[in-house]
Amino acid sequence: MVDKPVMLKVGEATPRARTMAAALVILYALITMVPLVWIVATSFKSPGDSISYPPKVIYDPTLEGYVNLFTTRSRQTAEYIDGLGEPTSWADELVRKRNMVITGPSRFIGRFTNSLIIGFGSTFLAVFLGTLAAYGFSRFKVPFKDDLLFFILSTRMMPPIAVAIPIFLMYRKLGLSDTALGMILLYTAVNVSLAVWLLKGFVDEIPLEYEESARVDGYSRLQSFWKIVLPQMRSGIAATSIFCLIFAWNEYAFALLLTSGEAQTAPPFIPSIIGEGGLDWPAVAAGTTIFMLPIVFFTVLLRNQLLRGITFGAVRK
Amino acid sequence: MSTQTIEHAGKGVTDKAHRSLKSKARGFSDRVIAWWFIAPTILLLLAINIFPLLWTVYLSFTNSRANQPGRAVEWVGLRNYERILGSADIWGYMQTTANFVFWTMLIQTVLGLSLALLINKNFKGNGAWTTVILIPMMLSPAVVGTFWTYIYQPQTGIFSHAINFFVDVGPVDMIGSVHLATWAIVIVDTWMWTPYIMLLCLAGLRSIPGSLYEAAEIDRANAWQKFWYITLPRIMPFLMLAVLFRGIENFKMFDLVVELTSGGPGSITELASINLKREAFEKWKTGYSSAYAVILFVTVFGLGNIYVKALNKVKS
Repeated sequence: MVDKPVMLKVGEATPRARTMAAALVILYALITMVPLVWIVATSFKSPGDSISYPPKVIYDPTLEGYVNLFTTRSRQTAEYIDGLGEPTSWADELVRKRNMVITGPSRFIGRFTNSLIIGFGSTFLAVFLGTLAAYGFSRFKVPFKDDLLFFILSTRMMPPIAVAIPIFLMYRKLGLSDTALGMILLYTAVNVSLAVWLLKGFVDEIPLEYEESARVDGYSRLQSFWKIVLPQMRSGIAATSIFCLIFAWNEYAFALLLTSGEAQTAPPFIPSIIGEGGLDWPAVAAGTTIFMLPIVFFTVLLRNQLLRGITFGAVRK
Repeated sequence: MSTQTIEHAGKGVTDKAHRSLKSKARGFSDRVIAWWFIAPTILLLLAINIFPLLWTVYLSFTNSRANQPGRAVEWVGLRNYERILGSADIWGYMQTTANFVFWTMLIQTVLGLSLALLINKNFKGNGAWTTVILIPMMLSPAVVGTFWTYIYQPQTGIFSHAINFFVDVGPVDMIGSVHLATWAIVIVDTWMWTPYIMLLCLAGLRSIPGSLYEAAEIDRANAWQKFWYITLPRIMPFLMLAVLFRGIENFKMFDLVVELTSGGPGSITELASINLKREAFEKWKTGYSSAYAVILFVTVFGLGNIYVKALNKVKS
C-alpha cells in the first residue's frame, strides 16, 4: 500500500483502519450467518444426508423435509404401493420412494394458523389500546403519570413462568385454557407495555401546533386526534405493530405452559417434531425456515427503528 | 442513518398547550377523554398481570396443588419461604443463573462494544453488514435453540467439525458434557444478543459530538486517551442500559435453555426459572412454587427499578 497524504477530518479513521474494521465486522457477520444458512441448507436435505458423518456441505437438494413437515405418512409394503397406481402429486412420488404413503396433513398447518391468529389478534389489540393510552399520556395531565408509566413497563419485567402459575389457574376457572382468545388476551397484556412506551415516543414527536391550529379551526379534541394525530402516527404504529407481532410470533414460555392442543402456536410445536418421526432434522429445519423468514424480512425492513423498539422507545437514532 | 438522539417534547410544552386548549374545549372534556384512553390499558394489566400477581402472593402462603383441585388448601404461613431460602439446591440454581448472567454479559459487552467501535469507523457498506449482524436477535430463542442442538451434535454437527478444523480434539459434545454444557448456552445467547449491546453502544458513539475529539486532538491526546476519557464515559449510560436490560432478561432466561439443554446434564444448566417450571408444572407444588416465583419477582423488580432509573438518565 502506498501511503498518500490524504486530507482527513479530525477523528476520522484512516483508510487502513477502515479496511481493517470492515474486514473484522464482515468476518463476524459471516460467522453470525452460518447457523442461519445451515438451517436453510438442512431444510433441503434428505433425512439421510442430514445425519451423515462428516456433515455434508454439498448434497442433492430435496423437498422431503417440507413434505414431511406438512404431511403425516405411514410405512407400507412395496406391493401395496405398487398397487396404488400413479402418484397423484410430486410430493406423493417423493414419499413413495421411501416406501411411505401420505395419510393426511400434519398438525403443523394448524399450529402455524394459530400463530397467525394469536399474533395478529394480540398485535391489533395491543396497538389499539397502546395508541389510545400513548396519546392520553402524551397530551393530557394524568395524575401519577410517571408512576403509571413505570407500572406499565414493570409488568413487562415479570418472569413469564411466575405469571404462568396463576394465569393457568385463572384460565382454568374461566374456561380460557388452551383457547386462542386466552392467548390473545395474555399476549395483548404483555405487548401493551411495549406499545404504550413506543407509541408515546412517536406522539411526543408530533408538534403540538398541528393540533392547536386544528382546534382553532373548530375541531373537537377527538376529531383532532382522529384527523390530525393518527395520520401522523402511521409509521410509528406500523413499526410498533411489527415489534408486537414479532414478540407474539416468537413467544414460547406461555405457549408451552398454557396450550397443549387447540391453541398451541408454532414455537412449542416445532421442537416436538423431532420426537414424532424419529430424528427428522430436515422437517425441523423446514419448519424453522418457514417460521423465521418473515422475521428476517421484517428485521431488514425495520432496521432503522430497531434501536427504538428494543429500548422501549428510550433511545432513538 | 441519521445520528441524533431526539429529545422528548418537554413536559412544560404539554402542560402549556393543555391550559391554552382547555378554554376552547368542545365535545368531551379532556379529563373524560384521558380517562377513557388510558383506563382500558390499565384495566387489562390489572386483570392479567396484577390480579395474578396478588393471587401468587396468596398461594405462596398455602400448600395448594393445582393438579388436585378438590383438595382442601391450608394456610401454611411462611413455611414455603423458609424452605426455599433454606434450600441449598435452590441457592445452587441461583448461583447457576448468576454465573450464566455474568459470563453472557461479560462476553457480550466486550464483543458488542468492539463491534460498535469498528462499525463506527464508517466503512463502505457498514449499514448492510450491521443489519446482517442484527438478525439473530429477532429470532425465536426456543425455535433457534432447538436447531442449535443439531449444530452441537458431537458426530454430525458442524460445531464440533469447526472446532476440529482448528484443533484436533475429536468429537466435541457441547450439550452432553458436564464441563461444556454451560458454554453451549452461553455461546448461543452470545450469538443472539451481542447485537443488542452493539446497537446501543453504536447509538452512544453516534451521540458524541465530534468537537470533543477535535479538542482532544489539539491537546495531543493519543487514541487510547481519547477512548478512555471521551468515548467510554459518553457511551457508559447506553452500555449500562443494555447490560441491565439483557441482565434482567437473562436472569429470567427460559426458552433457549429449555430447548437446548433442558437444565442438563444432571442439573449443570438448571437455571432458576427452569427449576421453577419443574416445581410448578411437573411436580405441581403450586404453593411452594408461588413463593419461589415471588422471590424471583422481587429480585427482577428490584433490577427493573434500577433499569428505569438508567432509562431516564439516558433520556436526559
